[in-house]
Amino acid sequence: MSLELLSANHAAATAATLAGRANAKARGFGGGVYPITPQTECIELLCQQDFADEHGCEKGEIVRVESEHSAMAVCIGMSLTGARTFTASSSNGLAYMTENVFAAALYRLPIVMMAVNRTLGPPWNIWVDHGDTLALRDAGWIQFYCEDNQEVFDTILLAYRLGEDPRVLLPVIVCQDAFVLSHTMVQTDVPDLDTVRRFLPDFELPHRVSEQPVTVGGLDFPRETEVHRRQHHEAMGRVPAVYRECQDAFEQVFGRRPADAVQTYRMDDADVALVAMATTFSTVRTAIDAARARGIRAGGVRVRMFRPFPESELREALGRCARVAILDRDISLGLGGVLWAESRACAREGAIVQNYVVGLGGGDIRPRDVDAMLRDLLARTAAGAPEIVEVGS
Amino acid sequence: MIEPVLSGMAQTECDRKAPLLRAGNTNCGGCGMSIALNFMSRAIGTRRVQMVIPACCGIVTAGPFPYSAYGAPVVASTFASAAAVATGMARVAAMNGEDLRVLCFAGDGGTYDIGMATLSAAAERGEDLLYVCYDNEIYGNTGGQRSSATPLGARTSTTPKGKTQGKKDILAIMAAHGIPYAATISLAHPEDAVAKFARALDARGFRFLHVLAPCPTGWKSEPAHGIELVRLAVRSGLFPVCHVEDGRRFTIDVEPDFDRAALADYFARQGRFRGTKLDLDAVAMAIEEHWRDLRRRGG
Repeated sequence: MSLELLSANHAAATAATLAGRANAKARGFGGGVYPITPQTECIELLCQQDFADEHGCEKGEIVRVESEHSAMAVCIGMSLTGARTFTASSSNGLAYMTENVFAAALYRLPIVMMAVNRTLGPPWNIWVDHGDTLALRDAGWIQFYCEDNQEVFDTILLAYRLGEDPRVLLPVIVCQDAFVLSHTMVQTDVPDLDTVRRFLPDFELPHRVSEQPVTVGGLDFPRETEVHRRQHHEAMGRVPAVYRECQDAFEQVFGRRPADAVQTYRMDDADVALVAMATTFSTVRTAIDAARARGIRAGGVRVRMFRPFPESELREALGRCARVAILDRDISLGLGGVLWAESRACAREGAIVQNYVVGLGGGDIRPRDVDAMLRDLLARTAAGAPEIVEVGS
Repeated sequence: MIEPVLSGMAQTECDRKAPLLRAGNTNCGGCGMSIALNFMSRAIGTRRVQMVIPACCGIVTAGPFPYSAYGAPVVASTFASAAAVATGMARVAAMNGEDLRVLCFAGDGGTYDIGMATLSAAAERGEDLLYVCYDNEIYGNTGGQRSSATPLGARTSTTPKGKTQGKKDILAIMAAHGIPYAATISLAHPEDAVAKFARALDARGFRFLHVLAPCPTGWKSEPAHGIELVRLAVRSGLFPVCHVEDGRRFTIDVEPDFDRAALADYFARQGRFRGTKLDLDAVAMAIEEHWRDLRRRGG
C-alpha cells in the first residue's frame, strides 16, 4: 500500500488499472473510451497504462472510439468474450450512451463504469448534478454514489467483485461529484497489485461467447421476457447480501471497511433526519454538528447504494424520526427530487417528509443552506410540495 | 465470367457440417440475404468465426430465444453498434491468441445510416474485422422504409412517390478509409462471390464487402427473379462488381455490356419503380459517369 495524491478521476483510473492487471492471467482487460468534461482525466490516465503480463503479453486493450455509444459497445463486445471491462463518462455523454447502457445490463455483463455527475444540457453547464445517472436508474445497473476520493477508489474494486459474482452478474456504475471530487486531489490509499489480486478473483463469464453456436441477445417472446426480467430483478435482490460479503472480504484484505449501502451520522437518538447523497452529505454532517450544538437532535442518512434501492436499510435508519428532510441534487421535472420520490415511503407513518431540491447545476451548498432547510423543516406542521432552494453560484 | 442459369447454392459434401444458415429459419422466399449467407457458409469452411448482427432482418433470421438459426456464435447488437461490439470481441480474441475471425453482418440501414459513424471509426482504427453489408436498399425489417441506400425513384412506405435522391456510394466511402480490402459482391456470380468472401476472411485488418441483396417483399418483385435482377443490375452497369485494395487500386471483376434493355428490364421487373416516372436516360447517364470515375481510379 502507498499513499498517493490523486484526484477522484485518477483514483478511478488507478483502481480500474489494478483491477485490469489482476485479470491478466484470465481473459485480460479493456474498454472503449471517449472524452467528456469533467471525466476526461480518468480515461487519459487509463490510456497511459501498461497492461502487459509477466511474460510481456499485452493483456489490456483500451479502444479510443468515436462516441460514448461505441465506448459502451466495445465494453459489451469485450465483456461478452470474457474480458474485465471499464469505461467512464458523464452527463450528455451518458445520455448519448444510454441505449448501450441498457443493453450492457440486459446482456448481464459486469461492466464497471465510473460516472462523473454533471448537469445535463443545453444550456451547457459542467458542474455537479445527479440527474444524469439518476436518469439511468431503470437501466438495470447497480448504482453507487461516493462521498470522497478514497470511496471512489474502493468502490471501483468492490464493483468488480460484486458485479462479477455469479449470483449477481450485473454492471455497476460508480458515481462521483463533478469537480468537488473529480478535480480535487486527496491523499488516497493505493494497494499493490498482489493485494488487489487477493481481493479480485479471475473473471469468468458463464455465458461467454466462444464456439457454441448460440445467439446472444436475439429475440424474446413475452414469455421469455417475463422470465429474463424476473431473473434480472432477482439478481438485484441478491445484491445487498453479496455486497455485505464483499465488504467483509474487502476489510479482510485491505484493512478498512467500505461504507454500508445506507450510512448514518449521529442517528442513534435523532428525531429529525437529513437524507442526502454523495458530497452533499459532507455539508450535512457539518450542519448536523451545528444543530446538535444548539440542542436539536438531528442526524444524517446517506444513501450510498441507489440501485438496488436499499429500502429496508433506509427504513431502519429513519426509524422513529418524526421529521425528515430529503435533499436532492437533481430534479425529475414535474415530480420533484428523485431521491425524495423513492425514499419518502421509508419514513415512519405520520412523519413530516419534506423535499428540498438544492444545488442544481452545481451551486455550492453551504452549511448555512442546510441549516435554513433544517429550520424550515422544524417550523412545519405538514410537508408541502418539493421546495426548489436557490443557492446561487 | 461464367453465369450459371440457376443460382443460389445447395449444401454439398464439401461444405461445413453445420451450415451458417440452418434449415428451419423463417426468411422470406427469394431472400437475397439468405443466399449471401449460403455463399459465406461455403467460404467460411472450417474457419472459426464469431458474428455480430445488429438490428436488421438478419437478426430476425436467428429466431426466438433460445433457438438460433445460425451455425456460428452470434451477438445481436444494438442497431448502430455492430462494428464497435465486434471491435471488442476481435481485440479480446487477439489478446488471448485465439485464431478466429469476427464478422459483422448488417443491412443497409445499419451500415449506410445509423451505423455509419461506428463503421467509419472501426475502419479508421484498422480493426481486424470483416464487415459484410447485405444491401436490400430498404429498411426491410420494419416493413420497407427508405434508407440512404434506396435508389433514385424507388417507392417505399416513406417515399410513396418514389425517392428523389440517389444512393450513397458506399464502396467509395469505405475505400476512402484506405482499408486493405473492399469489394462488391454479385449473387449472380457465385464463383467471384465465394472467392471474395474467402479472400476477405483470410485478410487481416478492416475488410468490407457490399452485397446487393434482392428483397422480393420490399422490391415488389417475383421471389424467383432475385438472381436475375442482380444479373441485370450487373450487366447494365448499375451495380459494378469490383474490388479495391488499400483504398486505391480499383479492379473491375465483371465487365458489364451497358445494355439498355437489361436496364429497362431491371426496373420493369420491380413494383417499387412502377409509376414513379423514372427517367431511364438520366439513369443511363449517371451510370456512364460513375463508370468513368471508376475507370479513372484504375478499374
